[in-house]
Amino acid sequence: MTAKIEQGAIQSFAKEVEEAGGGRVADCYQCGKCSAGCPVASFMDLLPHQVVRYVQLGLRDEVLASRTIWVCASCQTCTTRCPKEFEIAHLMDILREISLKEGKVAVSEKDKLTFHRAFLKSVEHHGRIFELGMIQNFKMKTAAKQAVTDPRVLFQDAMMGKGMLLKNKLHFLPGNIKGKKHVKRIFDRVREREKSKVRE
Amino acid sequence: MRIGYYPGCSLEGTARDFGISVRKSCELLGIELADLDDWSCCGATAAHNTNHLLSIALPARNLALAEQQGLEKLLSPCAACSNRLITAHKEMAESETLRNEVAEIIEMPYSGAVKVLNYLDLMLEFGIENLGPKVVRKLENFKIACYYGCLLVRPPKVIEFDDPENPQSMDKIVTALGAEAVDWEYKVECCGGGFTISDPALVETLSHDIIENAEAEGANAIAVSCPLCHANLDMKQSAINARFREKRKVPVYYVSELVALACGATPEEAAINKHFVDSYALIE
Repeated sequence: MTAKIEQGAIQSFAKEVEEAGGGRVADCYQCGKCSAGCPVASFMDLLPHQVVRYVQLGLRDEVLASRTIWVCASCQTCTTRCPKEFEIAHLMDILREISLKEGKVAVSEKDKLTFHRAFLKSVEHHGRIFELGMIQNFKMKTAAKQAVTDPRVLFQDAMMGKGMLLKNKLHFLPGNIKGKKHVKRIFDRVREREKSKVRE
Repeated sequence: MRIGYYPGCSLEGTARDFGISVRKSCELLGIELADLDDWSCCGATAAHNTNHLLSIALPARNLALAEQQGLEKLLSPCAACSNRLITAHKEMAESETLRNEVAEIIEMPYSGAVKVLNYLDLMLEFGIENLGPKVVRKLENFKIACYYGCLLVRPPKVIEFDDPENPQSMDKIVTALGAEAVDWEYKVECCGGGFTISDPALVETLSHDIIENAEAEGANAIAVSCPLCHANLDMKQSAINARFREKRKVPVYYVSELVALACGATPEEAAINKHFVDSYALIE
């Protein structure tokens, strides 16, 4: 990948990440220990230490559209081993959040985002996870296109689900909690705050 | 010994075996669990991967409820939940701005008084030396690879539990139960966590390597203390075998099931009948 590095961009992206709580990216001296220990490095387009380098260099779009930030499983091995105590796994959280807000999520990683959304929707509606409903929601969104040519995809996890039901590990109906409106309000308030922050 | 209890969504659903065996083992050890009334989801990976404020506010509601209900210690066996609860606690302790903002969002006072324990923590508080006398069925046939994964020990500055590279607490527990804890390399490797459904290729590859190393080092069983680890190693084991054209059948136990079994529970009371990989062979 060739990318143009601009002076102004270098400082502004590092500053943006730092202000969002992502730590001082200048601390990283590129030893590569994070990438050496990363269990999912082989699934990434940018290695973890390269992500930090790209942030240092202000390569904003390249980082935000990378597969890496969504492939990261948040295992925290990088953060644990960093000799500079830079919190790389937390940086990934910050980058995901920005990528999501700006609609830059890599196409190949959209299933993960769809899953996160199905999960949170379930929590927002019931206060707790209703697993069967969440999996159905996820499947309908991700498998609908494929299902036209191969209807089996709709039942792939359903087969696993059948085993789960037999073992009484999945509920047919959601269990709602007393405070479910309270939980819904938490979601609403977080959204309101984010809107007002954008306006600022 | 009385302790607050936050089961979390998994322990009432896909990790019901964990939930049942936590209650059974505590009953057998004489630990009284006081359920947190009206608990809600911690937000798990989905929240912290997409929205920082939400990822603190969702656990905070539960911590604030525990305070309201006078619970000083809160057992959270699910490693994902305990990790999120401890992270929220820590971040709010370090930032007054965040603490105040979250208190407004959850419309509840929050002082940060509640201490969160995982199941291994609870056993350490109970005392490893006190476990031995409770054992009525030594787990003599078990050669166990104790698998800690990520969330129980990392990041160490936040979680502050055991050694992040070579933890020992679970090994000590299963040894006290009469089992052999094998030395192996994948104790703290990642299984792919919450990508079980959204990225099967990734999860099956990582989990395959974990099971393979456990067996190569002489283990005939794996012990876990996390619902994500269990789902990926047990429920997905047939998919892993299909992907790698292998025929492994390594039973994967929650550490609480092992405690319950050793302290006299029947296999059904310990809920090992809910595993996908048959787990009866090692118990006469």
